Amino acid sequence: MSGTALDPKTAPTFPMAAKTALGDTQLRKNVRHATDVIQAKRARVVAEMPDWQDLRESGKQIRQHTMENLDFYLEEFEANCTRAGGVVHWARDAEEARRIVVDLVKASGSDEVIKIKSMTTEEIQLNSALEAAGIHPFETDLAELIIQLGQDRPSHIVVPALHKNRHEIREIFRQKMNLPDLGDQPHDLADAARVFLREKFLRVKTGVSGANFLIAETGGVCIVESEGNGRMCLTLPETLIAVAGIDKVIPRYQDLEVLLQLLPRSATGERMNPYTSIWTGVDPADGPRTFHVVLMDNARTEILADKEARQTLNCIRCAACQNACPVYRQTGGHAYGSVYAGPIGAILTPQLQEMHHAQSLPYASSLCGACYEVCPVKINIPEVLIHLRNKVVKQNTSGVAGFFDVEASAMKAMAMIFRSERRFRAAQRMGRIAESPIAGRDGWIRWLPGMLGGWTQVRDLQEMPKETFRDWWERRGKNGN
Amino acid sequence: MATDPVTNSARTEVLRRIRAAKGGIATAETANAEWSAIDRTYRRQATRSREAILELLIDRLQDYDARVLESIHVNVRTAAAGMLKDRKANRMVIPAGLPAEWLPDGVQFVVDEHLPAMELDHVDGVMTAATLAIAETGTVLLQNVPGQGRRAATLVPDYHLCIVRAEDVVETVPEAFARLHPTARLATTFVSGPSATADIEMTRIKGVHGPRFLDVILVR
Amino acid sequence: MILLWSATIVPDASCVGEIYSLLNFVLERSISAEAGLRVALFITCYNDTLFPDTGKAVVRVLERLGHTVEFPAGQTCCGQMHYNTGYQAEAMPLLQRFVAQFKAAEAVVVPSSSCVAMMRDHYPKMAAEIGDKQLIADVEELLPKVFEFSEFLTRRLGLTDVGAHYPHRVTYHASCHGLRNLGLGDGPVKLLRAVHGIDLVELQGLEQCCGFGGTFAVKNADVSAAMLADKMTAVLATGAEACTACDNSCLMHIQGALHRQNTGVKTLHLAEILAGEEGVAK
Repeated sequence: MSGTALDPKTAPTFPMAAKTALGDTQLRKNVRHATDVIQAKRARVVAEMPDWQDLRESGKQIRQHTMENLDFYLEEFEANCTRAGGVVHWARDAEEARRIVVDLVKASGSDEVIKIKSMTTEEIQLNSALEAAGIHPFETDLAELIIQLGQDRPSHIVVPALHKNRHEIREIFRQKMNLPDLGDQPHDLADAARVFLREKFLRVKTGVSGANFLIAETGGVCIVESEGNGRMCLTLPETLIAVAGIDKVIPRYQDLEVLLQLLPRSATGERMNPYTSIWTGVDPADGPRTFHVVLMDNARTEILADKEARQTLNCIRCAACQNACPVYRQTGGHAYGSVYAGPIGAILTPQLQEMHHAQSLPYASSLCGACYEVCPVKINIPEVLIHLRNKVVKQNTSGVAGFFDVEASAMKAMAMIFRSERRFRAAQRMGRIAESPIAGRDGWIRWLPGMLGGWTQVRDLQEMPKETFRDWWERRGKNGN
Repeated sequence: MATDPVTNSARTEVLRRIRAAKGGIATAETANAEWSAIDRTYRRQATRSREAILELLIDRLQDYDARVLESIHVNVRTAAAGMLKDRKANRMVIPAGLPAEWLPDGVQFVVDEHLPAMELDHVDGVMTAATLAIAETGTVLLQNVPGQGRRAATLVPDYHLCIVRAEDVVETVPEAFARLHPTARLATTFVSGPSATADIEMTRIKGVHGPRFLDVILVR
Repeated sequence: MILLWSATIVPDASCVGEIYSLLNFVLERSISAEAGLRVALFITCYNDTLFPDTGKAVVRVLERLGHTVEFPAGQTCCGQMHYNTGYQAEAMPLLQRFVAQFKAAEAVVVPSSSCVAMMRDHYPKMAAEIGDKQLIADVEELLPKVFEFSEFLTRRLGLTDVGAHYPHRVTYHASCHGLRNLGLGDGPVKLLRAVHGIDLVELQGLEQCCGFGGTFAVKNADVSAAMLADKMTAVLATGAEACTACDNSCLMHIQGALHRQNTGVKTLHLAEILAGEEGVAK
């Protein structure tokens, strides 16, 4: 059974969720350790590459070009995949995608599926839909297995159980796999998972996967993985169903030469991940006899329509931004209330919700730019964050409700002040008057009211100097110096 | 051209949305022209010498704890005999089309003719050739062709003995893709080290699934 | 004269450094291509109100180097706070005001890397959105003349030694906008290393965000505090008497915690260190 899903529609706001996360010492330690390790590994393997910036630029152009010709490439993929024996389905939204997959699994004659880790299937909460239809999904990716057995939720795109340490994992395995004498060394845990899952790989008839890349030119699908469970699910079952967002398509086979260099180095800090599989349609002598691809929109076309935010779709799901983000590194992924967390989550999640939910996420950033620095396809995440903040403000200030928005009123008032030197100087004088009741004798303020109180929770504030710079400059001019 | 008539209306709708979002219909002409204009200033050729490339491959493979033997003064059969003996492998599965002269005596070789998965699970290992290897990343690449066989056979057994020819070793990933383009539709597997997971406190562990032991014979 | 003087000093290790920096000092003064520039100062709204000493320090350094400082009195704010918080429309008139105030300047110096980043990253786009052809042209002509203070010294003037004396232990925090948006690189550190008497200690994780982030510090006060705690740990580990940076926004945030925790460590803007003449015989 899956745990309560991370649902942006019902998740608490980021500041509230972050506060809870910050109180979890074990979580913070795990997140800090994991992101430190991956960042160090990434830095090492990127430093080896004299053409890293060239690869990033090509990666950006390939993805940008794809989105600008998305309809062409999706149709090309469909034609080529079909020609090779695959069956292509289209889904407008999550609900439609779930329905298609459930029907396909039923048609395959199996009431169990083995699954490869797929953020897309998490996004649409596929496991709940399968279970509701009497189908049992077995997660086979070690982290997803840990999440599933622990009735938990993923907190990182590439390493979903990053928030758990080996003792916590051992406890989950001990109970759920009935292994009371299980050791706590990492290899003990991996061995337990191997035995537990092998039985499923060899038996279960239907597999469900995501897709890292859909190759338009050939109709092929590419899956990038570390453990081998992907290869198991892609080759042993009789029926394979791949669920992919329409943003997963790439133009040509050759483009993989760029993306398969950018992705492993960015995601896990390896020169190449252990296993990458590419296959096209159906081969009666190799792999599943039936292969389906479900191409899903689920608000991606909305993102496509927003020119300034369109680059969000270029993401190749490496999670380097998460590892680099100083905010994510403090809170971990659950605080974002979505399977897509960290910087990419802050821009993707609210847009997938068509800006109706997760409005606090674009503000869950200090705009430090560390994410942009490491993004292998050069998504300017800070730019998109600012753009989405504008969208949130416009939504909140439209209509009658906007009239009462406290922040907007304050911002408008400040803008009026900045538009006039006279008003600005008057405001400076007013500030000195207003603060005098709360300033201490030593010239420091230790408490601020209302929204500003967030500052004085942990920081003092020096009281305003008696003379502003421009006052001093004027005085200097009068004294002829 | 809908492949699944049931989702035809979804297809129409999604394509309509895409075109509305972009403001137009993309055509093959413009797509191809724009694709060709993409800047590709990254390395696409080898920069090292042949010797250095082969040394690099061996180094990377050993980094992944694969054992590598260069067959210069011995033939493949002899090299294979030694490695199989070390691994105590007596019963190996092989794909159709693997050269008979590579197979040493004293080991049972079963040709994979749609062996059921359970059977694959009970052999000591699998022996194949390879399509190519990428030195920079320590990657061995397999495709479904004679001598390499179907994917399941190199996946389920716990041990893989792989014969790589020196002339099939390239330095960079782009060079590999240039060679692979004619066979782009074949089922292809990139293997870069025995399976690993970084999910338990970021410690790289070998062998969750897939062969935990990899031996490579590099044929000069 | 200098060579004669240096030849009379016993050449042991401790003197070599002194001689070298003295020669450097002289050489850089003489090859500095630009002297006597008219430099317009954009003090920034928050420096004007809360950190006038930084402005005074900028004036002192530039005048010491032989330049004239002007202060267009109508200046107010670059619009960053509004723009970054999502109030783009309110920021537009502030762009227009900035251009009107500074377009006649020979060079504009700004002691705040986040404000310069705001201009470089967003002003062209904003001008295009306003659609005024003259404004677009003005922005294009003006921006190359706008410099953050440390980059004005290192890149525009080609200097690292500006004649500063500050005999204290100092550590440097690399503000995000300066580091990533402006690509200041090691410019500020080079300026600091050239300060006479300084004991410069490297800050661990100097490139990590301090957690200020403008309205982020208030809207996400808890995470901001957590990030600040890490920065504090790093600062205190250096044993520095003072932490410096190119942005008072970061320093205000760091100083807030340093003071709250009674650490006795202070913060001051890079300009104030470079203006320092402590210990110089008058």
